[in-house]
Amino acid sequence: MKIFIKRLVFLFVVIGIWQLVYVSGVFPDIAFPSLILVFESLFNGFTSGDLISALLASFRHLLLGLSLAILIGTALGVLLGKSQQADETAGMYLVALQSIPSIVWVPLSILVFGFTEFAVIFVVVLGGTFVMALNVRSAIHSVPPQLVRAARTMGTSGFSLFYRVEIPSSVPYFMSGIRLAWAFSWRALMAGELLSNGPGLGYSLRFAQDYARMDQVIGIIIIIGVIGAVMDQLVFSKLEKNVMKRWGLHKS
Amino acid sequence: MFLEVNNVSKSFADKDRGTFEVFSNIDLAIKENQFVSLLGPSGCGKSTLLSMVAGLESVTEGTIQLDGQNIIKAGPDRGMVFQQPSLFPWLNVKENVMFPLKQIISRQEASERADHFLKMVHLSRFKNHYTHELSGGMQQRVAIARALAMDPKVLLMDEPFGALDEQTRHILHKELMKIFQETQKTILFVTHSIQEAIKLSDRVVVMGTRPGRIMADFQVDLTRPRMRDDEQVIALERKVMDLLESEIDKVLKDELSHENIH
Repeated sequence: MKIFIKRLVFLFVVIGIWQLVYVSGVFPDIAFPSLILVFESLFNGFTSGDLISALLASFRHLLLGLSLAILIGTALGVLLGKSQQADETAGMYLVALQSIPSIVWVPLSILVFGFTEFAVIFVVVLGGTFVMALNVRSAIHSVPPQLVRAARTMGTSGFSLFYRVEIPSSVPYFMSGIRLAWAFSWRALMAGELLSNGPGLGYSLRFAQDYARMDQVIGIIIIIGVIGAVMDQLVFSKLEKNVMKRWGLHKS
Repeated sequence: MFLEVNNVSKSFADKDRGTFEVFSNIDLAIKENQFVSLLGPSGCGKSTLLSMVAGLESVTEGTIQLDGQNIIKAGPDRGMVFQQPSLFPWLNVKENVMFPLKQIISRQEASERADHFLKMVHLSRFKNHYTHELSGGMQQRVAIARALAMDPKVLLMDEPFGALDEQTRHILHKELMKIFQETQKTILFVTHSIQEAIKLSDRVVVMGTRPGRIMADFQVDLTRPRMRDDEQVIALERKVMDLLESEIDKVLKDELSHENIH
C-alpha cells in the first residue's frame, strides 16, 4: 500500500510540473497542450467511438498476429529443438532474423500485401514468430536429461516421453516465450499501423500528427502505454510467475 | 541366477584416446531377494555398470540377464533411484508416484498403490505437496516410492543418499532396511561409502579402478540392525578399507600427476 501511495504522489508531481510548464508559456500551445485538453480529447475520442473502433481494430490485428506467431514459432522451435540437423542448418539464421527490428518489415509487407490490414498482421506475425521459436528451442534443450533418464527407467519412451516429460518440462520457458512474443508483437503492431492506412491505434496516432493535434497524440501515447503496462504486468508477467512458482523454479 | 552379468565390457569413444575402456570381462551373479552393494572409488565404473543393468547405457560386450531375459533397453521391471531425486516438478507427490502406473493399471488401482507406497515411506501427509516444497530426504523417499510402485523385479540405487546430510542418511538407511524386509525386493546398491555398504548389504562387491574390475566379494552375515561400533562390523570395514586403500592411492596419484603436467 505504501508503494501505491508513493507512485500516486509521483504521478501528481509530474502532472503538477506539466501544468506549471504549460502555464509558464515557454513552449507554444501546439507543442505543449494542457493536460486538461489531452483528457478532453481522450474523452471525446471515446464518446464519439473513434478511439474504440481504433482499439478494436488494433486488438484484432494483435490477436490474429500473435496467435499465428505463437503457432508458427512453436512449430519452428520444436523442429529446431528436436532435430540437431535442422538446428545446425537454420538455427543461426533464426537468430539473425530475430535481430531485425520489426519496423523494417513494413515496407516489404506493404509492397506484398498493399495497404491492407493483412499487411499489418503480417508484420505482427514476423515480430513475434522468431522470438517464440528461439524460446521454444531453448525450452526443449533445457529439459533436464536426468528427468528423461528417470522416465525411461519407468518404461516411457518415444512420443509418450515427449508428451509426458518434455512438453510439461518446457512449459516455464514456453511461457517466457509467449510473454516476449507478446512484447515484440505489440511493438511491431504499432510500427505497422503507423505506416498503414488504418484502422488502428497507430494509424489514429499518425492521423493526429497530420492534423497537428498534439493533445490527441499524447492521449493515444498514454493509451498505448497503459495497455502495454497492463498486459505485461497483469497478464503475462503474472502468468509466467505463477508457472515458475508452480514448477519450483521461482525462488521466493 | 536371478540377475546375471556375463563377461561384460564397457568402453566409450574418446576424442583424445580413441576408445576408453571403463572395465572389461565383468562377471556377477545375484540371487533373488538379496541386497547387494557395488562399492568402489570414483572411476571404477560402478555407476556405469548399474546404468547398464537399468538399460540406460549400452553394453559394449557380453550380456546382462534378468530372470532369464536379456536386457536391451530400459524398462519398468527395473526400478531406478538416482542420486538426484529426479522427480517431475509439475506433478505433486502422489502424481509422481503414479507416473509409471499410468496406462498400465486403472486410475483407481494406481491411486491405491501410490497411497500404499507413500505410507511405506511415511509421506502420506505430503501427497498433495509439490516436490520443491519437500526436503532432499523427503524427495528421495518419493523417488523410492515411485520406483517401488512399478513393482520392479529389482531395485537399482545409484548412491541414493550421497547428497543428503548425515542425519537424514541415517534415517533413510533405517527406512530402506524396513522396506527391504517388507517387500523382499532384490536391491543393487551403488555406493562409495564402506560403512554404508556394510551396514545395509547381504553382500558387498568391491570394485577397483584403472582398469575397472571386481576385486573382492564379501558376504555380510551379520544380524540387522547393524551397529557402527559392533566389533564384527569394524573388522569387516577395516578389511575392505585395506583393500581399497591402494585403489584410492592410485586415483589420487593419477590426479596429482595430471596436476603437475598442466
